[in-house]
Amino acid sequence: MARHSTVRVFVPGDTTARSMGADVVAEEITRLAAKPKGSVEVIRNGSRGLYWLEPLVEVEREGERFAYGPIEPDDVPGLFAADFLNSNDHPKALGSTESIPYLAAQSRLTFCRVGITEPLSLEDYEKYGGYKGLGKAVGMAGDEVISTVTESGLRGRGGAAFPTGIKWKTVLETSAEQKYITCNADEGDSGTFADRMIMESDPFVLIEGMTIAGLAVGATQGYIYLRAEYPLAIEIMTKAIAIAYSAGYLGKNVADSSKTFHLEVREAAGAYICGEETSMLESLEGKRGQIRFRPPLPAVKGLFGAPTVVNNVITLASVPIILAKGADYYKNYGSGRSRGTLTVQLSGNIERAGLVEIAFGQPLGQFLEEFGGDTATGRPIRAVQAGGPLGAYLHPSQFKTPLDYEAFAEIGAMIGHGGLVVFDDSTDMGEQARFAMEFCAIESCGKCTPCRIGSVRGVEVIDRIRNGENEHMNLELLRDLCDTMIEGSLCALGGMAPLPVISVLDHFSEDMGVRDPKRT
Amino acid sequence: MRSVFLGTAPVNDSQESSEENQRIFAILEREASRPGPLLPVLHAIQNQLGFIPEYAVPIVAQALNLSRAEVHGVISFYHLFRTSPPGQRTLYICRAEACQSMGARALESHAKQSLGVSFHGTTQDGRYSLEPIYCLGNCACSPSVMIDKTVYGRVTPERLDELLAEESGPEYGKA
Repeated sequence: MARHSTVRVFVPGDTTARSMGADVVAEEITRLAAKPKGSVEVIRNGSRGLYWLEPLVEVEREGERFAYGPIEPDDVPGLFAADFLNSNDHPKALGSTESIPYLAAQSRLTFCRVGITEPLSLEDYEKYGGYKGLGKAVGMAGDEVISTVTESGLRGRGGAAFPTGIKWKTVLETSAEQKYITCNADEGDSGTFADRMIMESDPFVLIEGMTIAGLAVGATQGYIYLRAEYPLAIEIMTKAIAIAYSAGYLGKNVADSSKTFHLEVREAAGAYICGEETSMLESLEGKRGQIRFRPPLPAVKGLFGAPTVVNNVITLASVPIILAKGADYYKNYGSGRSRGTLTVQLSGNIERAGLVEIAFGQPLGQFLEEFGGDTATGRPIRAVQAGGPLGAYLHPSQFKTPLDYEAFAEIGAMIGHGGLVVFDDSTDMGEQARFAMEFCAIESCGKCTPCRIGSVRGVEVIDRIRNGENEHMNLELLRDLCDTMIEGSLCALGGMAPLPVISVLDHFSEDMGVRDPKRT
Repeated sequence: MRSVFLGTAPVNDSQESSEENQRIFAILEREASRPGPLLPVLHAIQNQLGFIPEYAVPIVAQALNLSRAEVHGVISFYHLFRTSPPGQRTLYICRAEACQSMGARALESHAKQSLGVSFHGTTQDGRYSLEPIYCLGNCACSPSVMIDKTVYGRVTPERLDELLAEESGPEYGKA
């Protein structure tokens, strides 16, 4: 071409970037760039996950990307005035994107392409290492693929942390005419958005992971059970599946392997309990999302009674890189029995909220300081809730705990899906304890009594305590009730909803109207 | 083989026009042969009509070889299925913890006051329905709301008023 080559400008198109006005920013850039015609190409990439900087605009110069953020629509004329296509001289210039400390300090394995590529460009996906894992898997026997996954140490990232390879092996070894791969994309925990990011910003990695799982265990049909609260993720995943079909990555002859794998998105309908695997299966079958008794395990008798793999989005999205680079590559990250990387989702009242993929093992407090900075309100941190609405509220005295499954379990907490929600010192922790029970009451599937009735009674007892009615007797009753729910509930909803309540009783008792903690 | 809807009109004692029924039949014809079809069918009905009308229940039940009770049970189990017509727009306020940490409780009361309705209510002029929602996955930019399918982040009460006024005119958003 005779002219100057086109400059590529990236404006993320994921839900959070859009929620902060990225669409208008993209339009403004396109409009103002139109003058020397054709010189700027605006690309809607995924988000890098540096959410406090969204909308994060990037310009590519000589193969390197330079960031500006957060860019509001009103900033766009100023960017052009400062010649941002050619120079870094702007108050919101952040320099080379890859050198931003928040990003540079991460180990992006599962998220290696997120924010870099255009989500629906299969060409981009392949250019950045996509479908290499499947390429290897088609040349391997099912049990070889599964041993690789087992050796990598990958454990379910949805919260339960069950070893993925062992689950797959059970499905492989259960003989049946039809088997299924189901992806639990009902990411309902507050403070989590990693699944959404994968589906919106790198959808092919999930498709590839599920396809590998299908070939490994001999399943020919996959379903992604996707939250209705994520309309953009539904749209992007659906389009990506159609693209994968037309490129021969899905269908009757997956990547010329003569093997079949079909995949489809199923929209959920707003029931938190359907994040529990057996409820999800009931829902996929078209029923109320009430949990099933176990055994039989879904791996033996799952969807429509057939052996079924149920894995979370991040788990399945981690499989392609494990296959592509080998089990050792992945296993070498991490600590203790928690191998590989953890995708921490930092949110709430914090200066620098976003997605951080790092090796397991960093102490929580150090992590919060390094990545999060101060609270958004500038007040001291009162508590951090880890692992969603069923996770404990951690007191600053517990911040030395390393981020790994076992260390968290030891202090009665959980990593869960990796969500960390920060609260400042204006928080009424008694109100948070009450909400844990209220949420359980709203979302209980109703199958077992400790959860269905216990949660309602929990709200009532907490209200009585907070009103100063028979405080000590009611506190004892509340602990007793928590115990009943933990021991007597059929699944994790009733079984874990008491954890945040107990953590408030143990560490923030002054907010439960208890004047002298020793008397409780 | 399982019973699949074949396109013949099932018995229907409702007063609804056959045109309304035809829309349900068309959806069933498209969706009923999928494995586990009930949720996709109900979503399709709600996408088209805005809600799942009473008269759809027996039609769906018969076509899918289910009892009316089973269909009703599924509709009532899931928070996002509705059985009454929504307002022109639906405002969802996130009530979950990350949003709580950034002022969602105040935002919730403000929204109720601004619109003059409680959760699950619809404004008298039919413009807005107000619904709670538990996490939009926008936690890093809390608090969040969603209007129909568009998510907004870091929504202060003032910002909510602006959004409502932008969407529906200046009489909205004046608490």
